[in-house]
Amino acid sequence: MSTTAVVERENFEELFEALRARGYESVGPTVRDSTIVYDHIETVADLPVGWTDIQEAGTYRLVRRKDEALFGYVIGPHSFKKYLFPPRHTLFTLEKTSEGVKLVDAGDPVPQYAFIGMRPCELAAMSIQDRVFGEGPFFDTEYLRRRQQVFVVAVNCVETGGTCFCTSMGTGPKALEGFDLSVTELLGDAGHRFLIEAGSPLGEEVLADLPHRAAESGEVADAERLLEQAEGAMGRSLDTGGIKELLVGNPEHPRWERVGEQCLTCTNCTMVCPTCFCATVEDTQSLDGATAERVRRWDSCFTTEFSYIHGGSLRPSAAARYRQWMTHKLASWIDQFGTSGCVGCGRCITWCPVGIDITKIAAAIRASEEKKHALA
Amino acid sequence: MVPRFMPVLDVWDDTDDTFTVELDPGPAGFSFRPGQFNMLYVFGLGEVPISISGDPATSGRLLHTIRGVGPVTSAMRDLAKGDLVGVRGPFGVPWPVGLASSRDVVFVAGGIGLAPLRPALYHVLNHREEYERVSLLYGVRSPHDLLFEDEVTEWRGRFDMAVRVTVDTADRKWRGSVGVVTKLIPRAPFDPHNAVAFICGPEIMMQFAAEELAKSGVRAGRIHLSMERNMKCGIGLCGHCQFGKDFICKDGPVFTYEALHSRLDVREV
Repeated sequence: MSTTAVVERENFEELFEALRARGYESVGPTVRDSTIVYDHIETVADLPVGWTDIQEAGTYRLVRRKDEALFGYVIGPHSFKKYLFPPRHTLFTLEKTSEGVKLVDAGDPVPQYAFIGMRPCELAAMSIQDRVFGEGPFFDTEYLRRRQQVFVVAVNCVETGGTCFCTSMGTGPKALEGFDLSVTELLGDAGHRFLIEAGSPLGEEVLADLPHRAAESGEVADAERLLEQAEGAMGRSLDTGGIKELLVGNPEHPRWERVGEQCLTCTNCTMVCPTCFCATVEDTQSLDGATAERVRRWDSCFTTEFSYIHGGSLRPSAAARYRQWMTHKLASWIDQFGTSGCVGCGRCITWCPVGIDITKIAAAIRASEEKKHALA
Repeated sequence: MVPRFMPVLDVWDDTDDTFTVELDPGPAGFSFRPGQFNMLYVFGLGEVPISISGDPATSGRLLHTIRGVGPVTSAMRDLAKGDLVGVRGPFGVPWPVGLASSRDVVFVAGGIGLAPLRPALYHVLNHREEYERVSLLYGVRSPHDLLFEDEVTEWRGRFDMAVRVTVDTADRKWRGSVGVVTKLIPRAPFDPHNAVAFICGPEIMMQFAAEELAKSGVRAGRIHLSMERNMKCGIGLCGHCQFGKDFICKDGPVFTYEALHSRLDVREV
């Protein structure tokens, strides 16, 4: 696992073949509706070849690159979360019989996914969800069933996006663990090639199937240099020092009211977040009343129904809902799961229709807190 | 995540809007600890969290006392003997009845809050010798809303228990106290330095009752309250019931006032 291999661009296709041969369905980045989304991919040609993305608060644009990079962009609105924790999923179907109520065996086999082009922040997000759903005392067996058989092809970020701040969250731009293969794309005069490291025995096996050679020390140094550059080129940053105490200690900060005035409570941030795990259930029955099913679907703390108990919603104001989301993500998550709920992917900033920026809100609360201390 | 179905043994009205459903858990029984709740499911309609209101020592009949407020609870009122109800549970952190032994126990109930407290009351009364003075302070909106009236009357007749009832609005026949339940606290028979309190009712009532008990000298760590939030899964995975860092369903619903105190003061947590 310590050695780094080099696979030339023309041989990269064989990765898909090697995964297919092992029964994996490859899913990863592809262009649809002027956006890079994650979907089923068959070949290299399905990747967003030669595309890059420009991201800012409330802004996302795809533009052509000057080169034919396969991974020359960061992340779009989708995250790999949708494959392990599907947006809609039938939990069970029941049937009324003369003896009572019977569980209808769904018998659906779990797809065996290979995640292609998983960014380090996404890998971190997956490991956070592993804790949320798999740490107990209660487990999400559906998530674990899918998760167990995932093959991860991580791609390190040699370029960063305008809303990225993984360095602040300690999740990137290089994947350190949790992958089967980790890929760094190298372009330039020496040719289009990929530095690949195996992170698991299965990864080694797959790598062995691809025509490859050992990396030269210059190539490894090039990759390191690119990743170092990326580390210093994040579009955003977030000071995480004492963030839990900062947010928990400021529930009445006037900034919450201000952000509440901007926030449309559209739920976009929670839908694009790779760690948000809230879900609700919908119970329905057939018209003849003979069968019933329960579907689980993603939910968002930005809706009024989310906190509804008889008598009304407990968080009627947008300010309270934003505070709940951000305080959960950056503070109470640490109490609950021993890790921040934020990986610094910046999706919530990019996909917010009014451009609310979590890093700016955190900085504003910190600034006034520091001012308070300075005055005291 | 799949409920276990149990037949309804009986359904009866407790008050105008509150009723009790008695389920048959089968020969294996259903063991639970006082203060725990179940997710109850009506076929095809939905699932709601309901505290268990029966005696934990009687595992052969499972009681839930329910107020009809939404589509699922309203449908439950129409249940008849033999109908099947889906049950998932028991969930949640119970009332720490063990912690209360050798101490004075103060139960403070508001409205239907008496239902989640009743299993703890049964436990304490079943093991009466393990506890010092026991009191129940019960507040309801009007005399019509008195829950478990026969039982409360019976408890009032006991020599080893103090029962005080107050109503917000009295009618002409009412001869008891009028006012909020917190007013009963200063006159209740307990030693604040050796008392444990269990409070259940509307959140604002619990907050004021806990404050009053704390003011009288009961340690915040010995005042317990049972919180209510929207719950979908009951096992800390759906996120709905979060109250600050806690999932009410799995870290609660029973918490100490000490743990909740700072959050109860903040609006819309």
